[in-house]
Amino acid sequence: MGKTLFEKIWESHIVIGKQNGPSLIYIDRHLIHEVTSPQAFDGLRMNKRKVRRPNLTIATMDHNVPTNDRSLPILDQTSAVQIQTLEKNCKDFGIKLFDINSPNQGIVHVIGPELGITLPGTTIVCGDSHTSTHGAFGALALGIGTSEVEHVLTSQTLWLEKPKSFEIRVEGKRKNPHAVTAKDIVLSIIKNIGTGGGTGTVVEYRGQGITDLSMEQRMTICNMSIESGARAGLIEPDETTFDYLRGRQYTPKNYESLVDYWKEYLKTDSDAKFEKQFTLNINDIAPQVSWGTNPGMTCDVTESIPSPDEFSKGDPNQKKGAEKALEYMDLEPGTPIMDIKIDRVFIGSCTNARLEDLIEASKVIKEQKISPNVRAMVVPGSQMVKKQAEELGLDKIFINANFEWRESGCSMCLGMNPDILSPGERCASTSNRNFEGRQGTGGRTHLVSPVMAAAAAIKGHFVDVRELGLS
Amino acid sequence: MEPFKKVKSIITPLDKVNVDTDQIVPKQFLKLVKKTGFGKFLFYNWRYDEKEKIKSDFVLNDSKYDNSNILVTGDNFGCGSSREHAVWALLDYGFSVIIAPSFADIFFSNCLKNGILPISLDPKIVEKLQQQELDKIEVDLETQIIKTCSEEISFEIDPYKKKILLEGLDDITQTLQFEDKISEFERKSKVPSVL
Repeated sequence: MGKTLFEKIWESHIVIGKQNGPSLIYIDRHLIHEVTSPQAFDGLRMNKRKVRRPNLTIATMDHNVPTNDRSLPILDQTSAVQIQTLEKNCKDFGIKLFDINSPNQGIVHVIGPELGITLPGTTIVCGDSHTSTHGAFGALALGIGTSEVEHVLTSQTLWLEKPKSFEIRVEGKRKNPHAVTAKDIVLSIIKNIGTGGGTGTVVEYRGQGITDLSMEQRMTICNMSIESGARAGLIEPDETTFDYLRGRQYTPKNYESLVDYWKEYLKTDSDAKFEKQFTLNINDIAPQVSWGTNPGMTCDVTESIPSPDEFSKGDPNQKKGAEKALEYMDLEPGTPIMDIKIDRVFIGSCTNARLEDLIEASKVIKEQKISPNVRAMVVPGSQMVKKQAEELGLDKIFINANFEWRESGCSMCLGMNPDILSPGERCASTSNRNFEGRQGTGGRTHLVSPVMAAAAAIKGHFVDVRELGLS
Repeated sequence: MEPFKKVKSIITPLDKVNVDTDQIVPKQFLKLVKKTGFGKFLFYNWRYDEKEKIKSDFVLNDSKYDNSNILVTGDNFGCGSSREHAVWALLDYGFSVIIAPSFADIFFSNCLKNGILPISLDPKIVEKLQQQELDKIEVDLETQIIKTCSEEISFEIDPYKKKILLEGLDDITQTLQFEDKISEFERKSKVPSVL
C-alpha cells in the first residue's frame, strides 16, 4: 500500500522506531521565542547540558515586543526581563538570535518561511501551537511545550506517538478569491469539524481549492490546523512552494538538487489510505465571522447569531458552551452579523500579517477613512513584511485612512505587549483565537479575514466584502 | 520529577467543555521566567473579576474544594496555546489528576512531563464522577483503577507513560542513553543546517 506525505516524513525521521508507544523522532529545525524558552534553558544549566545543534536552532522575540517606536525603552519590566533573558540564553548557548533591532525580527512563523529556514520534508518544532503554519511547505511542523523545548535543545529529538492521518479535501473554486479568502476556507473547515475534530491527527490539505492558493494563503490554512485540535497540518509541496523558497537568505546552497529530490519523494501516493476524511466544497462559501469564544463558533457574514439550540444540535454540553459564549460576547441569538458594531480592528498575527494580507486589506480602503467610532491597527508580521509593504506605499494607504501602522510582533493576537482590548471592547481581528480574554481581559474577539477586518473598520460594523467589487 | 503516588481526594467538578489554556492561565502571567508559583494565576479570569475581587460563583472559590487534587472536567480540555504554564499552574495549585472525556494533544503531553496524570474516560462516566459530591475517590495508577464509594472504574494508559509517571523518570536522561543512535542518524541525514 502507498504512503501519505506525512508517513514518509515521519518514517524518514525515526531514530528509534516502536510499533506501540512513542518513537524517537529527529528534529531538523527548532525555532524559539522569549515566552516558552526561559525555563528550558534553566533546565539545561541545572543539569550542565549543552544545546546539541545550535546550527539547527533559530531564535527571535515576538510575543512580548512593543509595536511602537523601537528606539524607546520597554516600559513593562517583566517583558523587558523576558526579552533580556532570551538574549542572554542565546549568547550563552551559541544560538542565532534575530533581536528586536534586527531587520529579520518578526513573528517566528512569519520569519521561518520568509528567510528560507522552513524547508519541505523537514521536521520543525517550536514552543508555540501555531508552528503548524510551516506545514504549508510540506514540513511536519509541531507545536510543543517547554519541557519538550528543553528535550529538543539537548537531544535534537522528541518522543512522539504517531498521529493518525486525516485528509481534508478542499474542492471547487471561489467566485471571487479576493473577497472569500484562505481564512474563510479554514474557518469553514473548523466550523464543520469542530475544535476537537482534528485531535490526534496530522491533517493533509488536498484538492484544487488548496493547490490554487499562494504560499502565504496556504500558511493561513495550516496555521489554524491547531484550532481544530490537529497535531499538525501540511500541504504537498509543488512549484508554488519551490518558487517561494528559491533565493531566500537561508535557502540552502544545494537548493536545486534538493528540489529534484523533493519532487520525486514528497507526495502522497495515489493508493495511500488516510484514517480520517472530510471534504469541503468552496464554490459557494461566504466570508466567515466568528461569534463565540472558540473558532468553531463561526457563521457566514450573511447569517444571524444562532441560538444555543441551533448551534449545539442536541449536545447539552455544546449548548451550555454556546450560552456562556453568547453571554461573554454580549450577543443575542437572531442578531444579523452585519448589525454587530465594532470598536477595534486588528490586522496582524501569524495567521494574517504577511505582505499579501496587507495588500488585499489595503484594496478595501479606496481613499476612505475608518469609522470615527473605531480604532484600528495594522501590525506587519515581520520587519521584512513591513519594509516590503512600505516600498509599495501600503503604510500611507493605511495611515491616510487613520489606521495605526506598527512595528512587527504578535501584538494584539494575544496581548502580551501593551496592545490589548479594554473590557467590553469588540474587535474584528485577523488573528486565530477568539477565546475569552485572549486580546485583553473582558475583550470580545470576532475572527475574520484581512479584507473583512478592513471593511469593518471603515463601516464600523461587519459587511459582506463580496459586495465591494474587489479584484 | 516526583514519582506519581496513589491519590485519594474529593473531586473538583469543572463543568465546561473546550477549556483552553488561555483560561487555565491568562497571558499576562506568561512573562515569568521560572516554573514555580503559577498556582495563584490558575483560572484567574474566572476566579477574579476585573477589580480582582473573588467571584463567589466559580467552583475553585468554594472552600469545600480547597484540598481537592482531582479535577473532573469536559471535552477537549487544554485546547489552544501550547503554554506549559497551564500545567505548572494546575500542579502548583494542587491538582495531580485531571479526568475528562478528551484532552488536547499538546496539553496531554505537557501533563505527563510534569507528573500530572490525565485520564480520558467515557463522557457518561465523567458526568457521573462530576456528581460525586464530597466523597473521596482514589486514583491508583499502578492498577489503573479509580475507586469511588460505589464502584471501580478502570482506565487506559500507555505502558511507557505509566512507567515515566510511576518512576518519576527524567525524559532527557532516558533519551541521552541513545546518543549513538542520534549521532548515526545525523551522519545519514540529508537535511542541510540553517547556518
